[in-house]
Amino acid sequence: MSLTQDLLARNTVQLNSKIPLGSIEDKWDNYKADMKLVNPGNKRKFKVIVVGTGLAGASAAATLAELGYQVDSFTFHDSPRRAHSIAAQGGINAAKNYQGDGDSVHRLFYDTVKGGDFRSRESNVHRLAQVSVNIIDQMVAQGVPFAREYGGLLDNRSFGGAQVSRTFYARGQTGQQLLLGAYQQLARQIGLGGVRLFNRTEFLDVVTVDGRAAGIVVRDLVTGEIESHAAHAVVLATGGYGNVFFLSTNAMSCNVTAAWRAHRKGALFANPCYTQIHPTCIPQSDEFQSKLTLMSESLRNDGRVWVPKNPNETRPAHEIAEADRDYYLERLYPSYGNLAARDVSSRAAKRLVDKGQGVGPLKNGVYLDFNEVITRLGRDVVQERYGNLFEMYERIAGENPYDMPMRIYPASHYTMGGLWVDYELQTNIPGLYAAGEANFSDHGANRLGASALMQGLADGYFVLPYTIGNELAPMLGKTIPGVDHPEFKKAEQAARDQYNGYLNIKGTRSPDWFHRELGKIIWDRCGMERDEQGLKQALSDLPALHEEFKTDLNVTGDGMSLNQTLEKAGRVDDFFQLGMLMCRDALSRQESCGTHFRTEHQTDEGEAKRDDENYCHVSAWEWGGDAMSPNLNVEPLEFEAIHLATRSYK
Amino acid sequence: MSNSIKNLTLKIWRQLGPTSKGTFETYNVEEISDEASFLEMLDYLNERLIGEGETAIVFDHDCREGICGTCSLMINGQAHGPQRGGATCQLHMRSFSDGDNIVIEPFRAEAFPIIRDLMVDRSKFDRVIESGGFITAPTGGAPDANLIAIPKPVSDAAMDSAQCIGCGACVAACPNGAANLFTGAKVAHLNRLPQGQPERFKRVEAMVETMDEYFGSCTNHGECEGACPKEISVDVIALLNKDYRKAKFASRKDLAR
Ligand SMILES: Cc1cc2nc3c(=O)[nH]c(=O)nc-3n(C[C@H](O)[C@H](O)[C@H](O)COP(=O)(O)OP(=O)(O)OC[C@H]3O[C@@H](n4cnc5c(N)ncnc54)[C@H](O)[C@@H]3O)c2cc1C
Ligand code: SF4
Ligand code: FES
Repeated sequence: MSLTQDLLARNTVQLNSKIPLGSIEDKWDNYKADMKLVNPGNKRKFKVIVVGTGLAGASAAATLAELGYQVDSFTFHDSPRRAHSIAAQGGINAAKNYQGDGDSVHRLFYDTVKGGDFRSRESNVHRLAQVSVNIIDQMVAQGVPFAREYGGLLDNRSFGGAQVSRTFYARGQTGQQLLLGAYQQLARQIGLGGVRLFNRTEFLDVVTVDGRAAGIVVRDLVTGEIESHAAHAVVLATGGYGNVFFLSTNAMSCNVTAAWRAHRKGALFANPCYTQIHPTCIPQSDEFQSKLTLMSESLRNDGRVWVPKNPNETRPAHEIAEADRDYYLERLYPSYGNLAARDVSSRAAKRLVDKGQGVGPLKNGVYLDFNEVITRLGRDVVQERYGNLFEMYERIAGENPYDMPMRIYPASHYTMGGLWVDYELQTNIPGLYAAGEANFSDHGANRLGASALMQGLADGYFVLPYTIGNELAPMLGKTIPGVDHPEFKKAEQAARDQYNGYLNIKGTRSPDWFHRELGKIIWDRCGMERDEQGLKQALSDLPALHEEFKTDLNVTGDGMSLNQTLEKAGRVDDFFQLGMLMCRDALSRQESCGTHFRTEHQTDEGEAKRDDENYCHVSAWEWGGDAMSPNLNVEPLEFEAIHLATRSYK
Repeated sequence: MSNSIKNLTLKIWRQLGPTSKGTFETYNVEEISDEASFLEMLDYLNERLIGEGETAIVFDHDCREGICGTCSLMINGQAHGPQRGGATCQLHMRSFSDGDNIVIEPFRAEAFPIIRDLMVDRSKFDRVIESGGFITAPTGGAPDANLIAIPKPVSDAAMDSAQCIGCGACVAACPNGAANLFTGAKVAHLNRLPQGQPERFKRVEAMVETMDEYFGSCTNHGECEGACPKEISVDVIALLNKDYRKAKFASRKDLAR
């Protein structure tokens, strides 16, 4: 018996992925043909809470309101437009085949499954590829100024992990333009009264009554007030947890609190150890650094990655002769070259830096060089393509990439793991949904560039508005628990106690101090490469540091007014617990796949070695009462449309 | 390699709540790396304050790469500080020298009440967008994206104004607290595009009227353009005015009918 089967027999939670019948091409149509509908007049009798206003949350809230549902939208930001999606630079994929280079829904589906190293659910990925084409239509109709050719048609670029040009972009600000599109659609609904917006309001807990999601508990960040909201369904579109590493490309306020608190209420957390390290970030420059900046991966279209062959090289980049340079991605992966998948390029960079071949004052980077393309196409073309990225680099690093190659190094960027959801994007708690980066669903063990924006918008625009109706239809006419239900009161009190608890410790260390220390442990032990010994070490260091957090935390100020230190304390507490689960997950997955690289499991050439016999499954963890004793549940993955094959970028 | 900046004197605005009386407090930062960003310098100061049992200085920030529009601050009287074309989070300590005095205040404008310390409420911007800053395109019915070819210069011009990050520096820099650059940027983005034409005049009318309800009037000082981290040109205000006049003319005709 394989390990998957063995574990399956020991599941503590019944996992039903609700994959529709039919061939892969027909599943979504079959689902839509069979699903239950709520008639237009009845939709306003249902209230849906959407937490988060990023691409996933804003698009879901706006679309649900257009359909007629009453929507309450929550964000801890001051405006929905600030969500972290705003920072995405490079682009969004769609199988439009506008370039006539052989793209198709099937090819995008195939690339995504393969890119995810065969650890995602085929049916969800295929639906994603199908609706990708609608996303572009929708966003253009809303006025997103995507880049265009001189003839006025949409332009595309290619991205890592694909051999076709299917990425749509708006200069280096694709996320900004897409989010503003979704935000404007949301704003229209707010103006029309279809959506009530609760800004500067932080979700703290989901309330369940008789096993169903009944609403949420929130904290008004300005007044400190803790209160409840009841609804027929709750959507968490609260983003990823990349900030568990402390230093990451995520915005400062990104955190895992929403997903984690839902997890503690019974929602399964899937594949927490699948975290993506992005190959092209600006290396850390000093110890004050609070976050790292990403340079869009699109730069790899035209930039060539190299390091000096000699670790003791002292010459500046442009004086190093061609013969003394190692263009290692082109050498190791001839057919993808500088566009090899993210995890593959990240590890290659790490190995060279570890060997002492790193560049820059701290020898902690590799070169990304544009000299060849500037010579070939001219400075103007390069400026047109990457002008604002070059400017951004110069502002931060103080060097001009037209003359000096950029220095880049991998950093935490995206998290594939997240709340376990079924085909309907529903968690195992009925009535509770997760969308966008907050769920685990589409990217397996590794996400391809330009596919997160696609997934966020697919979930919010084209999936949830259908699947939520299927769940709500049978609830018509039933009364739901109100906020005076004892479960709400209990959850409110628990939240108050928790935040008062932080204030009462009166220790000596700030939440940021703990976050930094926690981040170091996770980066060292559960970062780009992992091994048994390191993970075990982390599983003993983390609880010890968490104990210190509980006894030596220092939060100044009070709970009844705006207090950013207190907000941070709650978020760091959750990161600790998540960190333990990440390490446990990484330890239990005794194979390498995608971004999860266990040094014990690699080929002779240093590539990830999967074990499909024993690990071709989703690991979905159930909260077991404390952070160190979760229960493992597995969902076996079956590959019917795509042949399970070794992922190779050679 | 990094050098350090020494002996900074910071005068920072502290205010407990919207109705409390605020005051400047003085803090010294003895040494900070010139590689640090301005906000990292404030983080560092906050760490120290927390260690001393004081409450941390409240300020808004998030992406720290100049795109989310969350950060603000008047630094020595300038919105987003001394650099041009960048937000406060993109300002580095290398722009300062040993012994500098730095005055740090919130964005001040009637439409932006102070929430606490350096944090202000800019939600009136959202009200302006809600009134008309969108194209009505409900999910589902959109035609193929390449159906309408849009000339590249048109699309590029729309993109130039679409880059506004909604930070509010234009309002803070304006002696009248006007929001014409912000509103103009959105109108110029949508009204330039073919998709934006059907609602062109309705949009500008609704947005200008909401803007006038909350913000001061524009008397062409031009301070906004200089403060804008995205260097949005005052040309968008001309476009806003032109479309607004046309809209008013069109609705007068409607009334007469
Ligand atoms: C620098 C950078 C560049 C990127 N570039 C690309 C790219 O080019 N292409 C691509 O496809 N992907 C890219 N990504 C990834 C992509 O941007 C994200 O995965 C995606 O935008 C996530 O969208 P989301 O809607 O799931 O969440 P987010 O946009 O993160 O939104 C989360 C929302 O939830 C709210 N929220 C969270 N917790 C709470 C709580 N407890 N209470 C209340 N509200 C809460 C927040 O206020 C926010 O509104 C990039 C990511 C980074 C970091
Ligand atoms: S116009 Fe410029 S200054 Fe005004 S909100 Fe937009 S980006 Fe900020
Ligand atoms: S923090 Fe996002 S623009 Fe400054």
